[in-house]
Formats: sequence, C-alpha cells, structure tokens
Amino acid sequence: MNTSSETARSTISLPDGVEIPTGALEVRSYWQNVFQRLRRDPVTVTCLVIVLLIILMAIFAPYLAPADPYKASMLKRLAAIGTAGYPLGADELGRDMLSRLIYGGRISLLMGIIPVFVALFVGGTMGVIAGFVGGRTNMLIMRLMDVFYAFPSIMLAIAISGALGAGIGNGLLALTLVFIPPITRIAESVTTQVRSFDFVEAARASGAGSWTIIRVHVLSNVLGPVFIYATSLVSVGIIIASGLSFLGLGVSPPAADWGLMLSTLRQSIYVNPMVCALPGVMIFITSLCFNLMSDGLRSAMDVRL
Amino acid sequence: MTDQQTSTGRDQASDGDRPLIDVHNLTKHFPVKRGIFQHGGLVVKAVDDISFSLKKGETLGIVGESGCGKSTTARLLMHLIELDSGEILLDGQAVGGKEGLAVNELRRQVQMVFQDSYSSLNPRLPIQDTIAFGPTVHGVSQQEARQRALSLLESVGLQPDQFGRRYPHELSGGQRQRINVARALALQPRVIILDEAVSALDKSVEAQVLNLLVDLKTEFDLTYIFISHDLNVVQYMSDRVLVMYLGKVVELGTVAEIYDNPRHPYTQALLQSRPSMNPEIRIDEPPITGDPPNPINPPPGCRFHTRCPFAEDVCATKEPPLYTKSGVDVADHAVACHIEEASSGHSKAQPRSGDA
Amino acid sequence: MFRYIIQRIIYSIPIALGVTVIVFSLVYLGPGDPLDAVLPDDATAADVQEIKELYGFDKPLPVQYAIWLGRAVTGDLGTSIGTGQPVTDGLKRAVVNTLILAFFASIFGFTIASVLGIVAGYHHGRWADKVVSTLAITGVSVPNYWLAIVLIIIFSVELNWLPSLGMGPGESAAWTLDWAHMRHMILPMIGVSIISMGIIARSMRAAVAEILNQEFVQTLRSKGLMERQVLRHVVKNAAPTVMAVTGLQIGNLMGGSILIETIFAWPGTGFLLNEAIFRRDLPVLQGTILVLAMFFVTVNLIVDVMQTSVDPRIRRD
Repeated sequence: MNTSSETARSTISLPDGVEIPTGALEVRSYWQNVFQRLRRDPVTVTCLVIVLLIILMAIFAPYLAPADPYKASMLKRLAAIGTAGYPLGADELGRDMLSRLIYGGRISLLMGIIPVFVALFVGGTMGVIAGFVGGRTNMLIMRLMDVFYAFPSIMLAIAISGALGAGIGNGLLALTLVFIPPITRIAESVTTQVRSFDFVEAARASGAGSWTIIRVHVLSNVLGPVFIYATSLVSVGIIIASGLSFLGLGVSPPAADWGLMLSTLRQSIYVNPMVCALPGVMIFITSLCFNLMSDGLRSAMDVRL
Repeated sequence: MTDQQTSTGRDQASDGDRPLIDVHNLTKHFPVKRGIFQHGGLVVKAVDDISFSLKKGETLGIVGESGCGKSTTARLLMHLIELDSGEILLDGQAVGGKEGLAVNELRRQVQMVFQDSYSSLNPRLPIQDTIAFGPTVHGVSQQEARQRALSLLESVGLQPDQFGRRYPHELSGGQRQRINVARALALQPRVIILDEAVSALDKSVEAQVLNLLVDLKTEFDLTYIFISHDLNVVQYMSDRVLVMYLGKVVELGTVAEIYDNPRHPYTQALLQSRPSMNPEIRIDEPPITGDPPNPINPPPGCRFHTRCPFAEDVCATKEPPLYTKSGVDVADHAVACHIEEASSGHSKAQPRSGDA
Repeated sequence: MFRYIIQRIIYSIPIALGVTVIVFSLVYLGPGDPLDAVLPDDATAADVQEIKELYGFDKPLPVQYAIWLGRAVTGDLGTSIGTGQPVTDGLKRAVVNTLILAFFASIFGFTIASVLGIVAGYHHGRWADKVVSTLAITGVSVPNYWLAIVLIIIFSVELNWLPSLGMGPGESAAWTLDWAHMRHMILPMIGVSIISMGIIARSMRAAVAEILNQEFVQTLRSKGLMERQVLRHVVKNAAPTVMAVTGLQIGNLMGGSILIETIFAWPGTGFLLNEAIFRRDLPVLQGTILVLAMFFVTVNLIVDVMQTSVDPRIRRD
C-alpha cells in the first residue's frame, strides 16, 4: 500500500474518503477565532460598550459634567431627582449628583484596574516560574502565597490599608498585594498543567533551553486562562476599592468617588433614599459589566484546550 | 534481514560493525513520594540494568506490557530523564560527562515521536512554526528553518501551502502524527525513537503512517527504535526485537528468532495471546494470568517467576542474566531465563543446540 | 486518613506562623511610629523613654515579635488604646456576635445557593437556568454594602418592616434566639452572604451540569433508579468542588463582614475593626485581625479534610 498524500490542489481528502474543496476552509489564528466569537456575543458586546462609555465618561469628565462637583449649596441639600439644575439631585452638601457621579468613576476605575494589571505582571511571572521550575522554588513561592491567602481578601485589603493609612496610593498598594496570590496560584496551576503536555517535552527534546521554551511554548498557552481570571478580578477590585473608600481608607472628602459618596450619603437615607443609592448603582453596573465580559471572554476562549 | 545495510554516507561513516547506539546497564529508579516528611525509601524500579545495542539502519522494536519500562527507556535514551546509572554511547562516543557528547548534540542526532498526537503539538503555533522550532534552536536561520519545514511537510505527504499555516485542532490524528514525524526529521537526526507513535490511530491511518515511516527511513537513511505494545505492528516494522518485562530485558533477537522461535516463557505467552486470523485456532485458556507485579516491589530472583509455568526454586532466588549462545555478545538471540543455561540449576536447562 | 489530618495540621503551622508575622508587621507599615499613638502630646523625653520601656518598643523587632506572640498565645492581646481595657474582653464578645451572624448567614446562603445551583444545573440552558445564572452573576457583582443600604431603604425606610440597626431590640448586648432578634438579623444576613451565594450558586450549577453529562448518570437511570436517587448521586459528586468554594466563602463571610456590620451597627469583629481603624487603635487592630485570620486558617483546614473524606482523589500530598 502506498503512502497516500493529500495531492490535489483543489481538494483535501480526509481519512474517511470525504473530499473538501479547499476554498471552504480558511486558516484563522487562534486569537482571530476568539475575536470572531466575541463579536457575535450580544451580552459581551453590550457590556464592552457600557464599560467603554463609563471609561470615556471618566476621562472626559471635565467636559461632560454640567456643574462643578465641589460646589456646595446649603439651600439645595439633598434635592430630589429632577430638581431644576440638578438632574440627579444633590448630595448632603448640596453638590450636583450628576457631576459628582461623572467624576466619581475616575478613582474607582483606577483602583479597580491598575492593581489587577500590576498583580497580573508580578503574580503571573512568579506563578509561571514556580510552575515551570517546580521543586523547591515552587514550594517556596507557593507557601509564601499561601500565607497571604490565609486572609480573606477584603480583610487583607482593609488590614493593609488600615495599617498604611488612608490615601489612594496605599489603597492601590493594598489591592495589588491582595491580588497577587490568587493570580500566582492560577498561573502556577496552569503552567504546571501545560508543562506536562508532550509538546513541551518535545521542545526540550529539540534541545531548547528553559527560557526559550517558556517564551515560545508556555506563555501563549498560559496567558489565556490567567488573563480571563484577571478580568474577573477587576470587578472585585472596584468593589473592594469602593469599600475601602466607604470606610474612609481610600479617598478623602471632598473628593468625588462613588464609594466615598455612598458613605457620606448614608446618614441621609431617611431623607432622600433615591439619591443616596445612586453611587452604588454606578459601582454595580461597572462591576456587573466587567463580570459579564469576563464570562464572555471565557466562553469565547474555551476551545479544545 | 540480518544483513548489514551499507551506509550511504550521511554524517561520518561509522565503523561497519560498531553499533550506532550502545546502551550499558541503564538504570532508573523513581522515588515514591510519601508526603512532606519522608521518602519512605520506596522506589519504583522502572528500568533496571538493561543493555542493548542498535546498528545503523536497523529498526529495533521494543515490546512489553504497560508499565514495563519501555517509555522510560526511550526518555532515558534522549536524556529527557536523568539516568541513575549506566552508559549510553552514540556512535562509540559516551554521552554526558566532561569528555562526552553534549546532551544538546545528542538531542540533535536522536529525536522522538510521541504517542499522543494532539498534546505533542502546541495548539497556539501554526504547523510550520512547530516544525521550524527545533532547527532555530540550533542556530538555523528563521528563513531556512521555514524552508526546511515546508519541504518536510511535503516529504510526509502533506501539501505545504495548505497545511503550513494550519493549527493542530484543524487536523486529523493521522495528519498530526505525520507532522510529529516531520518535526522529528527537522533536526536531521540519525535515530528516531517512535514511542507508541501509531497506537492511538485508527487502523487504516496507522497503516498509512507505518508505510510512510518505512519510506522515510530509506529516504533519510534513518535508524529507528520502535516502541509498541502491538506485537503485529512490531513484527512488521522491526529488524530486531527486544522484549521487556517489569524494567528488565527478557529476550532480544531478530524478528524471525523472536516470532518464530520465542524462547522466554513470557515472550511465548505474549505471542500465544495474539488472536489469530484463522477461526479454527481458538485459545481456551489465557496463556498468562494475573497482573504484573508491583514495580515498587518486584519479585526476587527472576521477575517473571510468579507467573511463569516453568518456575522452579532457582528462579525465585537467582536472577537470570541475558544468556546468549556465545555468552558474550548481546547481538545474538539472548534470553534471560535459567532454562537457557545448562549450569543454571534449572531442571529443564540444557545447552542450546545451534539454533538462531 | 488520620495521618493525613495530622499532616495537614502540621502543614498549617508554618502558614499560621507566617500569618502572625504579617499581622505583627502591619503595625510597622504605617506612617509614623506606633509610639505616637500611645504618647500624649506633651510627652517629655523621659516620658517617651518610660513608655518605650513599658510597651517594649525599645527592644529589637524579632524580640518584640516573640514577646507579642508569646502573649497572644496565652490570650493576652494587649490593651486597647481607646478603651484602656484588655483587647481580649471586647474581642470575645465581638467574635461571638460575628460568629452568630456568620453561622446563620452560612446556612441561609449555602442552602439557597445550592438549591438554586442544582435547579439551574438540571435545567441547563432553559429559562430556569438563565434566571438563576442572572441572579448569581448579579449577586457576585453587587457591592454588598450598597445592597445592604438599598435593603435598608426598602425594608426599613419605606416599608418599615425590619429594623436597620443593632443586634436586638433596645440596647441588648446579649443575643438570644427569639423572633425579635431574628428580625434584626435578616437584613445583615442577606448583606453578608449575597456575594457568596452568587459564587456558590455558579459553582454548584457548573458542577451539576458537568456531572449530568457524564455517562454514569445515564447508567444509573437505565438501571431504573428513581430521579430522586439519581439526584443524591449527583449531589454527592458535586459536593467536593462546591465544598472547596464554600469553605473559602465562609472565611470571606467572617472577614468581609466588616462593612455590613458597620452599616447595621452589628457589634461584631467587623464593627470593632472599623472603630480600631478610625482611632488607630493598633492593639485592637492587630488582635482582631489575628483572631480572624486564625479562624480562616482553621476553617480552611477543616474544609480541606472534609473534602478529602468525601472525595479521596483530592489528596494534596
């Protein structure tokens, strides 16, 4: 029996004898595939749009806000929604809610996104190294992470923040430290799994050194799952960051920040409940959209690996 | 089939009689993990003191049940696992050590094709990059590596312009194995180890890939080590066969010797348990019963004696070495059974009367 | 099995020690000297020295750590800067109160979430599943302190059905199992557990859906097993995965209660922590976090062992 070769240029013959015209098959890279699938998912697209709008709103706040977010007016304290000049009402010091809400996203978004990305970089590196090298290094790194993991995340964030003192910088640091262990864990877990696949051994058998193998073969396979996990952390970050501000540990008054606004408005829920709930709505929507996007990304990337 | 093939002049011309690969006393024990505190001292004796050699241009088949150490041997040969003791010689030159061949160079000359066609390919890389990877590691330019990859694709029967940029998940098992073979060839090795390379394929595809391997062997002047648990396939592909049991070599000889005249009880049982194409021939009782013993605690003496129909007291105490006719050269039909050696103390032992 | 338990306990010890190191060093993270919190404003140099010696600040750090740890183990967590009372006094009561809340919240949250998750898993893809999934992801995304406020707005401010503050009617410092006290617990309970409910529901749903796809379920049905019995098998198989998640959540429940307790003025550890942060009362801060972290480590240990007893494959050697 001769070796059969897929010779015909216009068709490909599959083992069971089926002939497929080659025009029907396009080669697409993995990421192009993912992108296609994402495009067709209405939920993810909607959330992406919303998140982009919120981000744009935060960036262009000075141009969008109708009034000065810091301008107080004793007469207009806790004005109801729809009062003239105060479309979304006013807070307990008479400042325009709409403007404050627009400005409020800035810090919340920053505090949610930056720590996750820094943690992704630091934790990802540590996790890949731990997973790839194994042995003592792995034990050392993972045990260290376990110690931090022994604290519930919110508590750790509050503890570090509380110890460091109030302020955005401290809040960012606290959140980054909180996010590094889980990302390290997931990176290590995925790397260990990838390392056991034959193609890594085949790469070693080709004579490649560790760094080359990591760069060419491991990273591209590890990045996906770790990135998905990281995106799901953004929403947690926003919630915890706002929580820190709520406790007085993040931003200080009179800054406009959703978490802080919730806190200062808390006293006034008996007077004007709707206005008091507004900042939380923003936090909720942002967090929800990031979560849905993360889910969508996970489904889109869930190919055969 | 025992004729020497004349070397057609790739790399250095090797000494006519010198084996291309020579393995002495290869041993690998894996410690069994017992938790944080102790090793427990228990080891899995995966490969225990095995020796064999391989001539240029031949195909050595290695057969045995799961867990007998075949795959471990393959990985030891490529230094993917560290040896505990023993020596590997490539074309007369020892591997490792200060004077010896660098492991990197070993890996250029000896390559491997794995069993799982899917997990052996990086799902994120297009096929031609996977094949070109090996050469680039050894200093070949990107351009030339890609050229080589494309021409190899053609050699294994896949159209380069159609398959070059594809991804593994878009291909069938047979196609993927061809690519694995192409990848192995990319480094222009002299020896290719095929570790259960066709075991996972459908029969018809398996046949195609086997024939491809035979063609490639001539085209690229290769030497094969063919590992499989499928006795028929090994018979088809091999010039010589090595039978392993529980980390030890139990029989070694040419295909004809092993298949027509098996002398070790284990080999005999293995061959008897093959279903026959002839419906008249039925097996009433399985020729071999029970499970292979635990490699952590192999039986004393001959490892097979617990399942051997001919076992006697001497088998439980003294471990039989690989006896050969001449007693020295491992290239003869060698059998690790006391029956073979007149002075071993086994009741059935008698000097062999000049058989092959 | 017994050996595995011992092994895990021994393994937890270095982790626990690491935790104590972190808690101890928290104090030194902050700006300024921890001494400043204790010093009156008009302290003279002699006073400073005296107080240093009194609190042991003049010794090298590792020694301070050892002393602190030694005292902590015997139950002496220092003196609260705010109240002047031993930290342990207030902490004891606070821990009990938080535990009560956490206990009911766990049962409530876990039960509802599991049921919803199982229902969703069984009706994978259909509307029941979509509803539960939506609820779950909402639960996970909602800032629980905001939800608490919204609940207060709805149930206390507008409808006036439920109280919004405190642990019980009046100034009750002790908790008793009666309807009056339960009324005070309902809203905090929901607030504390909402995020965990979302997580557990999603986890259960995924686990159940995957198990239902496995062949052994078809085998069970073809053997003639009633659906209810099949359900038992499914739940047993889903248990380990979900248990792991639950264990983590119980810890979060206790640690994350700080915000909810603050909102509802529930006199638990969270409330204590909040005040300690506000007043920079470092001994209380340290003591509370230490106790909470130890709880968390213990809970994780228990869950780990329980998980292994249910599914022996999970052993983490």
